[in-house]
Amino acid sequence: MRTTEAPDSPAVFDRAADRKSAYVHIPFCARVCPYCDFAVVGDRTDEMDRYVQAVVGEIGRDEPLAPLDAVFVGGGTPSLLPVGALARILAALAERHGIVDDPEITMEANPEDWTVSRGAGYLEEGLTRVSFGVQSTDPRVLLALGRRHGPREVGVAVASARRAGVPSVSVDLIFGHPVETEASWRRTLDEVVELEPDHVSTYALTVERGTPLSRWVAEGSPAPDPDVQAARWEQAVEILGRAGYIRYEVSNHARPGHHCRYNLGAWAGAEYAAYGLGAHGHRDGIRFRNVRSLDAYLDRIEAGESPRQGSEEVRGWEAEVERLFTGIRVAAGVNGGRAVEAFLDSEDGRRLAGLGVIGLVEGRLVVRQPLFTDAVARDVLGLLEMSS
Amino acid sequence: MRTPTSRIRNFSIIAHIDHGKSTLADRLLERTGAVTERDMKEQLLDTMDLERERGITIKAQAVRLDYRASDELDYVLNLIDTPGHVDFSYEVSRSLAACEGAVLLVDASQGVQAQTLANAYLAIEAGLEIVPVLNKIDLPAAEPEARAAELAGILGCEPDDVIKVSAKTGAGVGELLERLVTDIPAPVGKADDPLRALVFDSYFDAYRGVVCSVRVMDGSLAQGDTAWFLATRNRHDVAEIGVLKPVATPVSELGPGESGYLITGVKEIDQIRVGDTITHPNHTDVEPLPGYDEPKPMVFSGLFPTDGDDFERLREALEKLRLNDASLSWEPESSKALGFGFRVGFLGLLHMEIVRERLEREYDLDLVATAPSVAYRVTLSDGTEIEVKSPQDLPDSADRINLSEPFVRAMIITPAEFTGPVMELMQKRRGELDGMHYLTPERVELTYHVPLAEIVFDFFDILKSRTRGYASFDYDPDGYREADLVRVDILLAGSPVDAFSTITHRDNAYRYGRSMAEKLRELIPRQMFEVAIQAAIGSRIIARETVRAVRKDVTAKCYGGDITRKKKLLARQKEGKKRMKMVGTVEVPQDAFVAALRVDADD
Ligand SMILES: Nc1nc2c(ncn2[C@@H]2O[C@H](COP(=O)(O)OP(=O)(O)OP(=O)(O)O)[C@@H](O)[C@H]2O)c(=O)[nH]1
Ligand SMILES: C[S@@+](CC[C@H](N)C(=O)[O-])C[C@H]1O[C@@H](n2cnc3c(N)ncnc32)[C@H](O)[C@@H]1O
Ligand SMILES: [Mg+2]
Repeated sequence: MRTTEAPDSPAVFDRAADRKSAYVHIPFCARVCPYCDFAVVGDRTDEMDRYVQAVVGEIGRDEPLAPLDAVFVGGGTPSLLPVGALARILAALAERHGIVDDPEITMEANPEDWTVSRGAGYLEEGLTRVSFGVQSTDPRVLLALGRRHGPREVGVAVASARRAGVPSVSVDLIFGHPVETEASWRRTLDEVVELEPDHVSTYALTVERGTPLSRWVAEGSPAPDPDVQAARWEQAVEILGRAGYIRYEVSNHARPGHHCRYNLGAWAGAEYAAYGLGAHGHRDGIRFRNVRSLDAYLDRIEAGESPRQGSEEVRGWEAEVERLFTGIRVAAGVNGGRAVEAFLDSEDGRRLAGLGVIGLVEGRLVVRQPLFTDAVARDVLGLLEMSS
Repeated sequence: MRTPTSRIRNFSIIAHIDHGKSTLADRLLERTGAVTERDMKEQLLDTMDLERERGITIKAQAVRLDYRASDELDYVLNLIDTPGHVDFSYEVSRSLAACEGAVLLVDASQGVQAQTLANAYLAIEAGLEIVPVLNKIDLPAAEPEARAAELAGILGCEPDDVIKVSAKTGAGVGELLERLVTDIPAPVGKADDPLRALVFDSYFDAYRGVVCSVRVMDGSLAQGDTAWFLATRNRHDVAEIGVLKPVATPVSELGPGESGYLITGVKEIDQIRVGDTITHPNHTDVEPLPGYDEPKPMVFSGLFPTDGDDFERLREALEKLRLNDASLSWEPESSKALGFGFRVGFLGLLHMEIVRERLEREYDLDLVATAPSVAYRVTLSDGTEIEVKSPQDLPDSADRINLSEPFVRAMIITPAEFTGPVMELMQKRRGELDGMHYLTPERVELTYHVPLAEIVFDFFDILKSRTRGYASFDYDPDGYREADLVRVDILLAGSPVDAFSTITHRDNAYRYGRSMAEKLRELIPRQMFEVAIQAAIGSRIIARETVRAVRKDVTAKCYGGDITRKKKLLARQKEGKKRMKMVGTVEVPQDAFVAALRVDADD
């Protein structure tokens, strides 16, 4: 049941901790964006079928978790999946774990891929939520980001998803590229609001190591200015807030009832299964990841081997600290517990409280200045040095 | 078999820094077969990591050589390689007390330099026979004849008495060995006199306890003896005695005139004191050997453990290090900004740097050092006199009658062409010319009365740059003089930070305050709030800078669910912040506390 609860309400967040979900990674892209450091594969879309087969195989061999509240199909570019593939994946998940009634089934999509018929197909297969990689509606920014769509495709994609009846439509935006201006960011936000999505993610452009973008910056191209990004973040919170989108996490804004259940779970420390290359999961007190290369992944699955590349145990005190570490990104704040108490009692915690960066609101630890979340997170990690 | 004293020669190699003492020691080790060719390496006696990294000698090092001279007799040569840097001249005087002779080495391209003179005087005062030697005669720029004349002029000997060697090629080293035997007197001690042995150095070995370097003056010390330490009034059994060849080699006895090491197994550091005299328990009434004067520290700096819990470990480390560096002195100090630590006295800036590094490396400590200061004398309104070694302790001007600063007599040797620039520099440094004296027509020795604070920090670098590297200098304490001094305080976010305060001459205070505030603005990273940096004299603000606030410290995503990676990244960043010290709510990098050293008050 879709509720109309505010996305930043404590009840919604606390509930998310107990829900199970699954992440499925589709690495293929028509072209890899120069700023991207996700596990992606640029020019081998012909292996899609073999890959989907492998993912279905990986799911089939997994230990059952519990009926899934949410499934997130991320990428790469999942909107390159042919009709029928999503259904196969969901069927395998349903068979292995079960899927709750009224689940959240999200797929990331590139605007230029989205056609009315394709959308209808995905909907038929079980899709309930689409997250469009819009990034911007400013042609200059889109060009600088190396995107393959223009402002027109954005409008068409969002409108057609709406019209097809996708229950929840989300838009990803990237801000703070040096070619962006305050006015162009305002225009992007206004134009996106105009399209009436249910959810908007606003990500500050990050220069990730090893990407072409980071090479360009090293060679002298201007890097994003964090001070400017801070101002743009505030601009977004304001404009989206006025349009009825409530910021419920550092980079996420939603209308009531439209928060991303899968993501909230991850921030709440919930368990999730993970499939596909480079996918990360969290189950039974263990965080694990799959191999990142397509060949290694396919070879291992087809040889009947595990695609796991590494894992670490996160239990007890460490799990509590981690729950605080991820939870502080969320506007609802983290409900009390040993880690919260220890942090508020620590030298770092007291200093941050004194500066007004964190506070206690109805028994919950809240980061009052979300732009300093990493500063708080660093100090939260200091708790790991305490035995408990 | 004990060596008869007539066959023993004890000598130190002394010189200005870098004139080639350690390299010459290499050649002597080689010629006498103490080290095989395979084990030879450059400056073999510089054994500390710090010495090898910096290419200078810090610790005097003794070694015993066996030499068959041209008279076909076997001699024992006890050589002590000494440091040349002015900060370590205390090592030189201690070494000289264990010797009858000194090789005074002079670089044949550079000639007599300030520490050549200073060390020559030390040797003369100690009554040693000086063997003058010119080194580096292989260098194209060497001027052996002129330099020999210069050196002879100073020592009052004949230019022909000066031995010319190259420690690089080995030329002349054979002649030097012969001259050591013929020129240096044999030790005079008698074997049947009561034992008197001088402890001239020591160090702490984690397994064997305190290891002493000893020179037997009279009598002899044997394996199995009980040693009585006169000053500390302790008895300890001799667990091992031996000589360094340079490998530690146990012997059954050290006779008169011999040097070696002594291990008693004692681990209590305070039971051993460098300069003490050792005898046998049945002779506790012997006349103690002269020992050493406590060296007078020139500069003082606060040393604080980054982690307050390490305070006791720091104290222990200082105590252990003092065994190996008798010039160290300290007293506890507390700072509002830095917590509990020690105000440590040093012989100069290099000494300060070396001690800090040794404490960090050898005792695994992480330290914050504050800007060094000299010791001021203050007469309070009630007439009592106090010494102020830390700017934070300076009483208000209303509470004192008189404030005076330490002066030194500085000797500068420079090529005559740079006399003008040197005089100009000395004037800026409040120096008062005392004398001018031509060593040769081309080289001048200038002496000045100058405040210690003006020459002990950045002076030498500036002197060097004004004389294209040719000038050298040395100084001796020269009393106290009243001066118009003020304390410049630094405020961070409105609160004074005691560890940043400095005492300076009133004429320099504004320039200093401004440049210190600027330096700190560069060094202090942006924080979550704006940080005001102010320099003040009393309540008057003389400079102001601000460090703008960070606006954003958050990453957009959780790396597509890769929480582990994000955790590691932030943990690494946090680790980096540990090198910062919290001062109130402001994070200050450790090297900011010595920023004052890099403040250019000259231009
Ligand atoms: N050409 C030449 N170089 C020499 C000679 N003797 C020493 N050197 C070089 O001079 C430099 C300094 O030599 P050291 O032996 O370390 O000098 P030192 O007097 O022991 O220096 P401190 O202990 O720091 O005072 C080194 O680079 C040596 O290689 C020589 O006879 N000829
Ligand atoms: C997995 S990506 C979606 C992939 C999809 N093919 C697309 O590009 O639209 C999820 C979102 O992360 C954001 N993102 C990816 N790399 C980023 C970066 N370097 N800096 C900021 N945001 C980034 C983008 O907004 C992107 O839509
Ligand atoms: Mg040396």
